[in-house]
Amino acid sequence: MKELLDLLEKDYTQSPDQLAIMLNIPVEEVIKLIAKFKQEKIIVKYQTIVDWEKAGIEQVTAIIEVKITPQRKVGFDAIAERIYRYPEVRSVYLMSGSYDLSVSVEGTTLREVADFVAAKLSTIEGVISTNTNFMLKRYKYAGVIINDMEEQHRLVVSP
Amino acid sequence: MNWAKRIAPTVNSIPPSGIRRFFDIAAEMKGVISLGVGEPDFITPWHIRESCIYGLNRGQTAYTSNAGLLELREEIAKSLYNDYEVSYTPRTQILVTVGVSEGLDLALRALLSPGDEVLVPEPCYVSYKSCVTLAGGTAITVPTTMDNAFRITAAQLEAFVTPRTKILLIGYPNNPTGAVMSREDLLDIARFAKKHDLIVISDEIYAKLTYDGTHTCFSSLPDMMDRTIVLNGFSKAYAMTGWRIGYAAANPDFIGAMTKIHQYTMLCTPITAQVAAIEALKHGEKSAAQMTTEYNQRRRLILNGFRQMGLDCFEPKGAFYLFPSIKQTGLTSLAFAEQLLQIEKVALVPGDAFGESGEGFVRCSYATSTVNINEALIRIGRFVVNLKNR
Repeated sequence: MKELLDLLEKDYTQSPDQLAIMLNIPVEEVIKLIAKFKQEKIIVKYQTIVDWEKAGIEQVTAIIEVKITPQRKVGFDAIAERIYRYPEVRSVYLMSGSYDLSVSVEGTTLREVADFVAAKLSTIEGVISTNTNFMLKRYKYAGVIINDMEEQHRLVVSP
Repeated sequence: MNWAKRIAPTVNSIPPSGIRRFFDIAAEMKGVISLGVGEPDFITPWHIRESCIYGLNRGQTAYTSNAGLLELREEIAKSLYNDYEVSYTPRTQILVTVGVSEGLDLALRALLSPGDEVLVPEPCYVSYKSCVTLAGGTAITVPTTMDNAFRITAAQLEAFVTPRTKILLIGYPNNPTGAVMSREDLLDIARFAKKHDLIVISDEIYAKLTYDGTHTCFSSLPDMMDRTIVLNGFSKAYAMTGWRIGYAAANPDFIGAMTKIHQYTMLCTPITAQVAAIEALKHGEKSAAQMTTEYNQRRRLILNGFRQMGLDCFEPKGAFYLFPSIKQTGLTSLAFAEQLLQIEKVALVPGDAFGESGEGFVRCSYATSTVNINEALIRIGRFVVNLKNR
């Protein structure tokens, strides 16, 4: 099961037929397992990683350190939800250390992101403070090096 | 002046590697998919490369002791014990070499006198026979067959033993066939070696690339510790081919003799590679296992593809090669490989490059991406169908 998930995480476009051969299990089994993973949300979503900079499309990303007051019964979750429901928010993590939530926000301009933080994020009840860090360059994302210069230097035929 | 005539007759007597000629043609073509590469398609894991850079930053640029950094030899001994329960003393029984290639050369030169015979099961790695010749010995090839999954048996070897036979040179998992030998298979060979008092040189460079079962180190067999020279290295398991680093493990007399040659010819293995190899042994297990898993997946993919074409193909259980028979096409290995390259731009290696018994087969390396494997399978399939319709 782990091996199948590893393969899908690396490249979800591989056909069930090919996966079945590579894992030495029947193709029906692969189809069944994938359906099960999707239904149980073990596979949350298949996604494409885009280098927007290379595509010539301007993007601004900020990583915001948010301090919040946990609430009775729901802890950090209720406030986290109020934040992650915004489509501008790309990711939210609960952190140990000097702040509580790490929130990344994406927009087309600096102003747009700044407005979001000022008008939406910091006004949410329970948010004590925010510290906004603008991202300058994305080197690696989701285990993938964005502009990988590493090349194979093998000979065409070797012993 | 005919300078060629001045070349030593021994050197003139050995052929250039059969792979070389092919490489020259393939290298000039565009759009070639190569299943001809005998090395991993992974780049050395970053933590290994980084340790080398760190070593360089700290000024690790000098000679090491002839036998190699003691820390590395200790790690090698530890890994041999952990993997195969064989005990070697780092100071006297392990020599760090410039790949298995140098280890093999040293072992043969240390042991052979003119006229000594070496049993070499075929198909085998391209250098075996020539290294025997260069060391002054005589290679006696013993053919293996697909019917027996390219394994060697004592019964087969018996027919080739003479009073001059001194060494048995084996390489399992095998390049080019992908064959492996089980512990039982090897016990049969061990009894044979003992009976005829032979020294066994066991090239185990593909040991970690063993699928469906575990690798047996030849020296772990009863009474084989002292009469075996185990050769292994980092190229395949840790994707470190270009670093050129391997090792030999054997009794102190053999290692002492090999070290003597090594100290005059090589002095020591490059320190940069030795530093990286320490890191590989200390922390490389996870990355090595990941690569092995991927090879295994591709192995099944390519085997399935060839069988669907209707080509006879035994299931390789080790290394990263498939060795399908192309006999039913009516072509020789070389003609098959040449035409395939010209017509479909897929490079693979004709089986006869690995000895006469490799004729009728081609070696396909699956150390390449699944995308490449799939495209190569489509092209080879088309080529085979067109051959039939001709």
